[in-house]
Amino acid sequence: MKSKTANLFYFIPYSLWLFLFVVAPVALILYNSFLDINHHFTLANYTTFFKSGTYLMMTLNSLWYALLITLVTLLISYPTAYLLSHLKHKQLWLLLIILPTWINLLLKAYAFIGIFNQTGVANQFLSFIGVGPQQLLFTNFSFIFVATYIQIPFMIMPIFNAMEDLNQSYINASHDLGATNWQTFRRVIWPMTLPGVKAGVQTVFIPSLSLFMLTRLIGGNKVITLGTAIEEHFLITMNWGMGSTIGVVLIVAMVIIMVLTGDAKSRGGFQK
Amino acid sequence: MTKRFKFSNLYLLVVFIILYAPILFLIAFSFSEGDSMSHFQGFTLSHYSALLRDSRLIIIVLQTLLIALLSSLFATIIGTLGALGINQTSRTITRNTILSFNNILIVSPDVIIGASFLIFFTALQLPLGFSTVLLSHIAFSIPIVVLMVLPKLRELGTSMVSAAADLGATNWQILSKIVFPFITPGILSGFFMALTYSLDDFAVTFFVTGNGFSTLSVEIYSRARQGISLEINALSGVLFVFSLLLVVGYYFLNQYQQSRKLKRTTREEDIL
Repeated sequence: MKSKTANLFYFIPYSLWLFLFVVAPVALILYNSFLDINHHFTLANYTTFFKSGTYLMMTLNSLWYALLITLVTLLISYPTAYLLSHLKHKQLWLLLIILPTWINLLLKAYAFIGIFNQTGVANQFLSFIGVGPQQLLFTNFSFIFVATYIQIPFMIMPIFNAMEDLNQSYINASHDLGATNWQTFRRVIWPMTLPGVKAGVQTVFIPSLSLFMLTRLIGGNKVITLGTAIEEHFLITMNWGMGSTIGVVLIVAMVIIMVLTGDAKSRGGFQK
Repeated sequence: MTKRFKFSNLYLLVVFIILYAPILFLIAFSFSEGDSMSHFQGFTLSHYSALLRDSRLIIIVLQTLLIALLSSLFATIIGTLGALGINQTSRTITRNTILSFNNILIVSPDVIIGASFLIFFTALQLPLGFSTVLLSHIAFSIPIVVLMVLPKLRELGTSMVSAAADLGATNWQILSKIVFPFITPGILSGFFMALTYSLDDFAVTFFVTGNGFSTLSVEIYSRARQGISLEINALSGVLFVFSLLLVVGYYFLNQYQQSRKLKRTTREEDIL
């Protein structure tokens, strides 16, 4: 076909990008993970990672927090998406759910510094109901709370899309055949919206492993996620080899999650 | 029945309050005298005027906008060409391989993208600053443009293009008279998404920006680490109005596309 040459022409800038900014960086991070601080080839980073309990604990901790954040987000988002999909003007309501994601993440984190600090609104409320002021900022609770707050819209979007794809007549059929509400939910609604849930878990879990700005601003460095460790090694201690090793671990974790939540077709966002 | 309905509305109301309270809280205190976010102390616009006099911040805002516009423009061009190329590949395996490479940057955690780009730019001995930030933003915006344009190309199908080719249209005529007019909505959505990606990004920029150059997110981060300054609240007020405008713009763009689609289908029905 004559479009062969045209095809090649389209592909030059794109494949250049593919090679320079996708393949090369991944290869470089893999390569760097085998270098020590003096740029000599070594396996030491990996042995340090797997032998010292600190790194393994940190990884498990990070996975645990990401899991907690994902679960809480899912628990709040699934009913929200379900109820939203039954509203009039639902596209407009969905837009209102999405709007907060357009506010810069750092500003939202900053708002919580104001809300959670010693004299902040949350503590004023706690004093008012008689509990008395608590240390809220720089705790694990505040980290999970803020991370969940930030992730909720990203979970609602794909589940909402899956709800939209769900044909109402299946639900009617299930009711007509005598299923209870719970049975309908368990056998019809949940399995048919599962792709949306998987997509949501994917979009929430992976970033939750790397929210280093939140651990710094809100978590007060008490929670160390994989992302915090990478940032620390790259920008503060300048040990790029170790940082890359943690990066490789993060990539592996990401791939595992992708495989586990595979065949997630409905993606979030405005595509609908 | 009516009781359950009310309960579900209450649930949605709570979710919306949780989503919006921190943002409104932030903006409310931008009008407060004093310098903390704990007690509202009378209305003032002084933080807004301080914002206007802060020339460092204004320069950073302009830099952020410049980066966003330039990077989305380049990403849109390269991404659209890439989508055209991908659309023309005849073998499914090739196409799927390219697409999975395309999606790597979308699913990767920001920290990994930032760290690997940092290694990459250092290996190339590029000085960190405006150019590296711009290149990174172009790089992580390209895949989303591809994902926005590709469905439009699939929708277009092959019959129109082959018909045009049979009737003797040149490649350029096919592109400019058939393909581009049809996929323009996808290209615009892609540009828009690239714009928001760029404006929102913190982690990648944080890694690849040097000392001399800063974007808004990075600046907010460093100011938030120093504690509360109501000038940031004023800034968030301005940004909230700005994102509101962007969202409304995007909503109308979507509505316009849908009404055009509707018109087209009714026209086709008329012809039939």
